[in-house]
Amino acid sequence: MSDVVEKTLTALPSLLSLDSHSGSTKLSSSSKLGNLIRGITELTSKHEEEKLIQRELASIKEQVSSPNTSMRQMKELMVRAIYCEMLGYEASFSYIHAIKLAQQGTALEKRVGYLAVSLFLNESHELLLLLVNTVLKDLQSTNLIEVCMALTVVSQMFPKDMIPAILPLVEEKLTHPKEIIRRKAVLALYKFYLIAPNQVQHIHNKFRKALCDKDPGVMTASLHIYLQMIQENPEGYKDLTASFVTILKQVVAGKLPMDFNYHSVPAPWLQIQLLRILAFLGKNDQSSSEIMYDILEESLRRAEINHNITYAILYECVKCIYTIHPKSELLEKAAKCIGNFVLSTKINLKYLGLKALTYVVQQDPKLALQHQVTIIECLDHPDLIIKRETLELLFRITNAQNVAVIVEKMLEFLRGNKDDYTTIDLVGKVAELAEKYAPNNEWFIETMSTVFSVGGDTMQPDIPNSFLKLLSEGFDSVEEDRKLKLFAVDSYVSLLQGEPGKLPQRFLQVISWVLGEYSYLRGELDAATVLRLLAKLLDTKSTSSETKSWVLMAMTKVCEGGVGVSVAQEVCETYSSSLDTALRQRAQELQHLSQDRDLRAKVLPREAGSEPLEVDSSLSFLDGFVSEALAAGAAPYKPHHQRQEELAQAKALSMEPYGLPISMSSCSIADRQSPTLLSVSSGLSGDSPSLSQKGGSTTPKLDGVKRVWGRQGYLVQTEPVEESDLVEVTGPLQSPNQQAGADGPPSQTPTLKPTPQPEQEKQQLASSLFVGLGSQSSLCLMGKPEATTQRFRRKAKGPVLSSSTGEQISNSSVSASSMANNLLCNDLLDSNITSETAAPSLEQTPQLSRDLPAANGACAVESTDRDVKENSASLIGDNRLVAADPAPRGDRGKLKDFSAHLPAEFSGLCHSDISPLASNQSLDVSACHVQKEDSLVLVVFMYNSSDDAIPHILLELRSDELEVSCEGDSPVEEARSRSVAVCQYSLTVKKPSVHVEVAGTVSYQLPVGTSQSVQFSYKLPLTSFIRPLTVSTEEYGTMWLDFSHDTKQKLTPICLGQEPLMDTLNVLKKKLKLHVVEIIGMEGIVACRVLRDQPCLMHCRLHAGALSVWLRSPVPDLPDCLMYHCQRALQEH
Amino acid sequence: MIKAILIFNNHGKPRLSKFYEHYNEDTEQQIIRETFHLVSKRDENVCNFLEGGMLIGGSDYRLIYRHYATLYFVFCVDSSESELGILDLIQVFVETLDKCFENVCELDLIFHVDKVHNILAEMVMGGMVLETNMNEIITQVDSQNKMEKSETFIFQSTRQDR
Repeated sequence: MSDVVEKTLTALPSLLSLDSHSGSTKLSSSSKLGNLIRGITELTSKHEEEKLIQRELASIKEQVSSPNTSMRQMKELMVRAIYCEMLGYEASFSYIHAIKLAQQGTALEKRVGYLAVSLFLNESHELLLLLVNTVLKDLQSTNLIEVCMALTVVSQMFPKDMIPAILPLVEEKLTHPKEIIRRKAVLALYKFYLIAPNQVQHIHNKFRKALCDKDPGVMTASLHIYLQMIQENPEGYKDLTASFVTILKQVVAGKLPMDFNYHSVPAPWLQIQLLRILAFLGKNDQSSSEIMYDILEESLRRAEINHNITYAILYECVKCIYTIHPKSELLEKAAKCIGNFVLSTKINLKYLGLKALTYVVQQDPKLALQHQVTIIECLDHPDLIIKRETLELLFRITNAQNVAVIVEKMLEFLRGNKDDYTTIDLVGKVAELAEKYAPNNEWFIETMSTVFSVGGDTMQPDIPNSFLKLLSEGFDSVEEDRKLKLFAVDSYVSLLQGEPGKLPQRFLQVISWVLGEYSYLRGELDAATVLRLLAKLLDTKSTSSETKSWVLMAMTKVCEGGVGVSVAQEVCETYSSSLDTALRQRAQELQHLSQDRDLRAKVLPREAGSEPLEVDSSLSFLDGFVSEALAAGAAPYKPHHQRQEELAQAKALSMEPYGLPISMSSCSIADRQSPTLLSVSSGLSGDSPSLSQKGGSTTPKLDGVKRVWGRQGYLVQTEPVEESDLVEVTGPLQSPNQQAGADGPPSQTPTLKPTPQPEQEKQQLASSLFVGLGSQSSLCLMGKPEATTQRFRRKAKGPVLSSSTGEQISNSSVSASSMANNLLCNDLLDSNITSETAAPSLEQTPQLSRDLPAANGACAVESTDRDVKENSASLIGDNRLVAADPAPRGDRGKLKDFSAHLPAEFSGLCHSDISPLASNQSLDVSACHVQKEDSLVLVVFMYNSSDDAIPHILLELRSDELEVSCEGDSPVEEARSRSVAVCQYSLTVKKPSVHVEVAGTVSYQLPVGTSQSVQFSYKLPLTSFIRPLTVSTEEYGTMWLDFSHDTKQKLTPICLGQEPLMDTLNVLKKKLKLHVVEIIGMEGIVACRVLRDQPCLMHCRLHAGALSVWLRSPVPDLPDCLMYHCQRALQEH
Repeated sequence: MIKAILIFNNHGKPRLSKFYEHYNEDTEQQIIRETFHLVSKRDENVCNFLEGGMLIGGSDYRLIYRHYATLYFVFCVDSSESELGILDLIQVFVETLDKCFENVCELDLIFHVDKVHNILAEMVMGGMVLETNMNEIITQVDSQNKMEKSETFIFQSTRQDR
């Protein structure tokens, strides 16, 4: 201890001298910090630095914990700690002292304390709770500086749960006389909005007040909030459009005080912010856009002074003009503006110009044509960022004609690229283009080979996956299919004969899979040769064990003939003693299957890929087992994350304060798409008339570029003469000998001026890059015309399941389907159909039919809109029971008719049959669901069959796919003897799935004192959540482009009369409650939403007796689930 | 939103780092290192924008930087910020530092980390641009200094006495 005191004492004089030094010594030569920094600069190695800092930290630690250290010294110590932390050394011991300093110091010390806190801690740090009181105190301080400091630290980080504690104080500051305080308060509230939006819900009108604040600074600050809120929900703020326009008008006209000028531009950052807001408001909204046209034009006109910041405004202006509802004059001006950017010698502007082009090129491909020379120059730009952006632009204008050149350029860039992030992104794009536009098989396979070898093991796993899927599913022509596979086999065999050691693992896996599946197609290729090549891979050191098991799988598929088997046996010997269990298993499989030819043919049939496998991903066939286990007292299954959570909760101290509202963290849906997803969503649909009009006037600016595509389509076909001329032109250009002859009459060949060699190359490049761009793509219903030119159109996942599939489906899924029927019938169909559809399921589940007499009449079910034969209805009721509770029940007779207990507000609405879910001696639980227009309500009936009242019933529901919220009263109920307690829950879909399930527990205490619980589960199809979505065709078009998840399949249409498409859609409309938007010829578009507000769009096209259905939605898995139900609905019709 | 503001010298030594989004200590250091690595290998005559690496947050994020003598000023922002706007904001920041420190140099940033942070806090608050007017920023910083001076009259270093 004396030691410590001594050190502190020796340190004191130097500390004092630091502060007594006047400002004249810039370096504070004698300060400790100075010494430290000087020490660091003299060091030569990282190791020495670490030693020095550790020493320093030890000394700081000693001093901060000494009671003799004054606040002033503490401040200096904190600065040193900040320095150490910045260098990456942890000084966690000082955190608590930083909080103390913020608490107790005078203004200057407090400031350092707050600074240290904001640098050291984060919003989830537990020590932060200790700061709450200090912040509270400072917010109430009369000292403005202290209030400012508190607001600053609050906006940097604040524990979410404690926001309600300080919210009123921050709110109050919105009316503070000082503008700087109001401004900071607005930003602090914005931060609260970001981390806990629902907690500041009630003060939205105060934000409006801030927007109207007399001080422009406060108004500027409030724009941060509005930008965010409008981005999230543009519809809610349309009324403010005119206000924003007025503000911008005033700013542009220079009505703000001179202080706001920057390089004589009035408040440029404010203008930028406003333009962004306007872009969100005007998107897809003609009337709002019209209000903006004037001011946008004015902005474009005013921003002509050549300072950097005016370009910033111009850029935002251009983006805004291309985002909102188009106006042709404005678009023309904006296009000119983009031209200025692209042609600028300033590299920053060029970059932004390219970005802007990338943004607009989908709506106006001609703009790229105008700048083709610049774009080609940018391809060879020394700056990688510019190059990268150019490729992004080219990616957007790729079509079937220029794909080879563009992909070559991209691969060229990739080969020289070292940055992982760019590689992953670009590789994805190349793969996408290759699949979409491949001109022929050879090119496709070769390109994909390059993708695999360049992309290496960093690329997105879905690239090889979808490649293999494409190979195995094939496309429309069988012969083409075979050729593609053959070519793949050939090219991979020759790759393996080279140096396979250098190839990335992922590629080797692809190769071995392809060889395993398809090498038999090449008849002359001996199986033994393939086996040897594969075996060579196994011997290569760099091959990972995952790849090895792919290789072994492949070998299992091909091993054949005497030599083949002997090679296989050799391999087996090596790997059957491998330490890796997966490898050992594969080796065992290989050994057995290579010896038993018949078994192999059965296990690994050739052409297996084309057979669709029905996979019951919900494992519903296990339901019976599960409910049996549950009934026997087993604990219900909890998913992994829930277990982890519970474990963590059990271990850790709960830091959450009691009694405060807990905000829901916003959950973002992870996007499963690769980064190839277009980052800029196009705000305009390609069919705007003003665009196409304007497009006609622009012509390619480059001489000598072939113009094979014109407004009327492919020019070559209509003017073959011109085409041959052009061929002649490009010929002589390359041979200087003949150039003399070209000096002749230039009338026919105006491009024949002798141009220097590099120029010619550029021109040729341009002609190959921009081919096909000029054509006005034919109006397409979907706004995605390229889909029709796609070479490798994926085949539908499989033929529509025929009637025989019923046999393949497990019992429980039958019950599920009949339940779906049941529901549908409930709503829409008459009872005849119910009994018809119920009957087959009866045959397939004989054990049920045996139960029938017992069930008959036991559960009486009433429906609102139809009269059902009790027989069939009870079958369905019991059918569902199989999943829930297979235990035979003794006294059914007393089961009440629950429909009488259905809450009055639901009378007249469709509801499902009330099905018993579970029961024990004293309680019977049943449930049904009611379809309201905007929600789905689950009604749970609990019948107390005992003679005593049950005072407290606690009903808990949980579901992985659904969000369950209690409606009305609290879920704790009381059930009197022989009476029914009713609970209502509203359900919304969180994660789409073919069938969704709610699991529940009823726990209660018997008067005798024993606590009891009843478990049940309730399953319902996704269709109960589907509601029609009324949109116009235009809205549909833009929505379609915005959605990223899709699925396609061919279904069998229903033929009743003359119009199969109409009939089919009517059936779907009736059964699934879809909204038919429009039917045009053989195409139809349909929209629906899944509660709540998860839209899904459907496009169907009748072609050659099959209905190709394409579903799109922003929600992953939703299209797949809906496809399943569509298929079901049509099948059952 | 601005996600982070980093200043480091030509050798990659950090001179100021301010994160407006929480990363853990190691990630922060890695971000500084990687950013330096990205920025330092760029020539003088290329654009001032960079796509953020995977570490910072993928395609939505960009690095916007300026190089002054021995120091790099890097702002890491998401797509809601204007590239050119931020570029000029860096200029405003540097000019403000220059006024506050009278010919600012690297040493000023080293020895007065806290003051630099305070100036920055008047420009950017919680990741949002608060003030872009240099005079206004200096007025705020000065008024705070004055207040403090009246409290701690003797020990106060009097560098900013305007």
